[in-house]
Amino acid sequence: MTAPTQRARNVFVGSPIERLEDLRFLTGRGQYIDDLAAERMLHAVVLRSSVAHGRIHSIDTTAALARPGVHAVITAADLGKVPTIPLRHDPTPALRRYEQPVIANGNVRYVGEPLALVIADSPALAEDALDAIIVDIEPLPVVADRDTARKDEIILFDTVGTNTPDKLRAVRGDVDAAFKDAPYTRHAHFRVQRHAAVPMEPRGLMAEWDEQQQRITLSGVCKVPFTNRRALAKMMGLPEQSVRMVEYDVGGGFGARGEFYPEDFLIPLAARLTRRPIKWTEDRRENLMALNHARDTECDLEIACTRDGTILALRGHAITDLGAYVRTNGATAARNISQIMSGPYRIPHVRMDVTMVVTNKTPVGTYRGPGRFESDFCRERLLDMVASDLGIDRLEFRRRNLITEAEMPYPLATVEQLDIETECDSGDYGATLDRCLDEFKWAERSKLSGKLIDGRYHGIAVGCYLEGGGTGPRENVRLAIEANGSFTLLVGSSSVGQGVETVLAQIAADALEVPMDRINRVLHGSTDYVAEGFGSFSSRTMVMAGNAIVDAANRLRALVRETAAGRLNCAPSEIAIDRGMAIGPGRASIELKDFAGIAVDGTHASNKRTYSYGAHAAYVAVDPKTGHVALLDYVAVEDVGRIINPLTLHGQCVGAVVQGLGGAFLEQFVYDENGQLLTGSFADYLMPTASDFPTIRAIALEQKPSPINPLGTKGAGEGGIIPVGGVVANAVAAALSSFKVQPLDLPLSPPRVWQMIQSARRSGAASR
Amino acid sequence: MPVKFEVNGKPVEVEVEPRLTLADCLRHHLGLTGTHVGCEHGVCGACTVLVDGAAVRSCLMLAVQAEDAKVVTVEGLSLEQGLTPLQTSFRKHHALQCGFCTPGMITTAHALLSEEPGCDADRVREVLSGNLCRCTGYISIVEAVLDARAAYQRDGKRP
Repeated sequence: MTAPTQRARNVFVGSPIERLEDLRFLTGRGQYIDDLAAERMLHAVVLRSSVAHGRIHSIDTTAALARPGVHAVITAADLGKVPTIPLRHDPTPALRRYEQPVIANGNVRYVGEPLALVIADSPALAEDALDAIIVDIEPLPVVADRDTARKDEIILFDTVGTNTPDKLRAVRGDVDAAFKDAPYTRHAHFRVQRHAAVPMEPRGLMAEWDEQQQRITLSGVCKVPFTNRRALAKMMGLPEQSVRMVEYDVGGGFGARGEFYPEDFLIPLAARLTRRPIKWTEDRRENLMALNHARDTECDLEIACTRDGTILALRGHAITDLGAYVRTNGATAARNISQIMSGPYRIPHVRMDVTMVVTNKTPVGTYRGPGRFESDFCRERLLDMVASDLGIDRLEFRRRNLITEAEMPYPLATVEQLDIETECDSGDYGATLDRCLDEFKWAERSKLSGKLIDGRYHGIAVGCYLEGGGTGPRENVRLAIEANGSFTLLVGSSSVGQGVETVLAQIAADALEVPMDRINRVLHGSTDYVAEGFGSFSSRTMVMAGNAIVDAANRLRALVRETAAGRLNCAPSEIAIDRGMAIGPGRASIELKDFAGIAVDGTHASNKRTYSYGAHAAYVAVDPKTGHVALLDYVAVEDVGRIINPLTLHGQCVGAVVQGLGGAFLEQFVYDENGQLLTGSFADYLMPTASDFPTIRAIALEQKPSPINPLGTKGAGEGGIIPVGGVVANAVAAALSSFKVQPLDLPLSPPRVWQMIQSARRSGAASR
Repeated sequence: MPVKFEVNGKPVEVEVEPRLTLADCLRHHLGLTGTHVGCEHGVCGACTVLVDGAAVRSCLMLAVQAEDAKVVTVEGLSLEQGLTPLQTSFRKHHALQCGFCTPGMITTAHALLSEEPGCDADRVREVLSGNLCRCTGYISIVEAVLDARAAYQRDGKRP
């Protein structure tokens, strides 16, 4: 395919344009969902289960209803039939048996599950009334971990009879044959802890019911408003066009926010029942037990190699804890683990099994780099263990096995149950590794690795990764010429704080060959703007919406040429469009504002994913007295195909790396044996702060544009997080090489690192 | 009960329940929604405002405790048009993405730079470590604050 990647007038794409959004965010004029107010508005508060597993005998709302300011209390009994939340991804019949009811119905299965909704004049009065609801729940034995779940002695869903909703298998080649004759194999068992996206803005919604029109408006949606409209319309028994989804400013998503949650039905329902606008804002404690969790996985992984370090095969079995229900995209991480465990490496024979289990914990969903963060931790750790076993340099081992450019497109394993095939589209994986090593000064620092310097053990590591993006099937945009000759861009994409307005305006301005300030407005997220939209997830917007804008701009320019040619009596090919004018032969011209009202639709359709790729390197110092790991340097290099805005891309990368460091060192949802969440506040759930990781260097490249879309873009929002766990764990292993410790579990919290050192000392494994 | 204080240079008088936080009072009684509420337990710092010049978590302070105080929010640190030097520096360094923590970062940084316009990077990190940001990884925020020091050194101590 021809890729018109460079045009003479291409001035905005690739430039570090300061963001348009910043003007309102910096001055306190952003409009987030809790900032909204409406006439006659009431407030909703959710009563959540404090029991992890139990049978609901009764919920008595009489006293709560009698409290001052309370307008309604809604429980499952008020709903008649209780709808379940449909799966957005991978809706296999097996998984659909575990869909979450919009309100606890007969049973509760996790701490935090909605039991009732109180509607009152203020949030405080609604919260007061929560205490007056009398709930009788008979506690049942709790499934608090994966091993208990797999025994199927305590069952979460009696009607189904097993805690294993489904198993996935991804295959390439003949793995057993490859292992049978392999000269060397190595096996290890890894664990990645439960942690989550935790965006800074808690969720919120505002629902307004129009009784006359029988129409609901739900504000505060994001990510996938069109999908959620479909789901909500069905649950409410309304035609889709009677459901309006409106996006406001969104305080971070990272995969979790914007999926369909119970409240996305309960709040509109309350608005219809009370015929009053209803606003709901969760608090942080609720947020930590109600928003999707993620990552909770263990994996048995085995690799086969030649003695000189050529990888022959990879096989394994991962078990992912989905929590109490299968949510909208609950299986996505499992699917990714099965498919991309091999990463950017040439592994001819692969077989990955993934078993999904349910437990009495908060359900999981996607979190930036779903399944990829987990797989990269397992794979990159195993690679360093193998290199050490075989006495091969870690770099040489990776270089030898990276997929080369000549091998592109390179197919990954096929997910059998879901019939999902994908292939690496393009890239020079060795080049990003080399660049990373250069920036990191690997040769110089490798002399320090494993050394005890001023009381701390120093270590370095590097890892390579792939970032899948550009998920299909399509995205749609609309470009319209306004009365003043400026352009309005309407997109089906959603903003979760990543800077959509700015970067899409850059693409539009270049595609139209107009100054950026001629792009008057970028309207996104709401269902009002385009007939069909798909939203923002899976690093898709720069690929799908970006190329749809190019398509729309091409159509708009053609239409302007054609219209101008008719008026100027010439051929469309004789019309030039320049600086807001359509210019014909003999300098006859028409101003663009004379075309006001013209609007065109553009689309980009593709089911092929793009693959950005790169390498990260880390330099750590481990204090053996405390187990604290200090990050002395971190270098991230990624080739994203085509850079739209280096400023925002850099921000995404550094932000993602630090999120990954949170997952590698700090963040963990801890439950006790009764299924109680012990880390339900920011005092217990530790997120990175400004003083934790002061040195992160990120370098973005655009050496290899994607050959499968006109802009050459690839997804780029998630790459920064993907390799972090593996890279820093390998750096810790390198630092502690004299103790021969092998970090197999995340997070590498001070107690865990300290314990590894202590047990190595006790067992006498340490070489000094 | 009634409470009287000054917000962004203007006197206000509000009738509030004693249990109402200053954050909720600012947001829902006075319409100053630039102050954000991220955790309601004093950890995230999104609700930081200035009370008599000091950076304070408005989710941990009751509105009635603000009696007679001078309260400044992000709106009060902003101009009618355009951006202040601190805000300009944030934009230049791409020190914000979703913008939710940003008002707390601006108020915290303003309080710091007003008191210590010569502070070094470690001091900036130390002070900002009381404000959580999930998007940026903080590095750009620290750079933005360091880059804004010059404006505070030039202007001397600002309100």
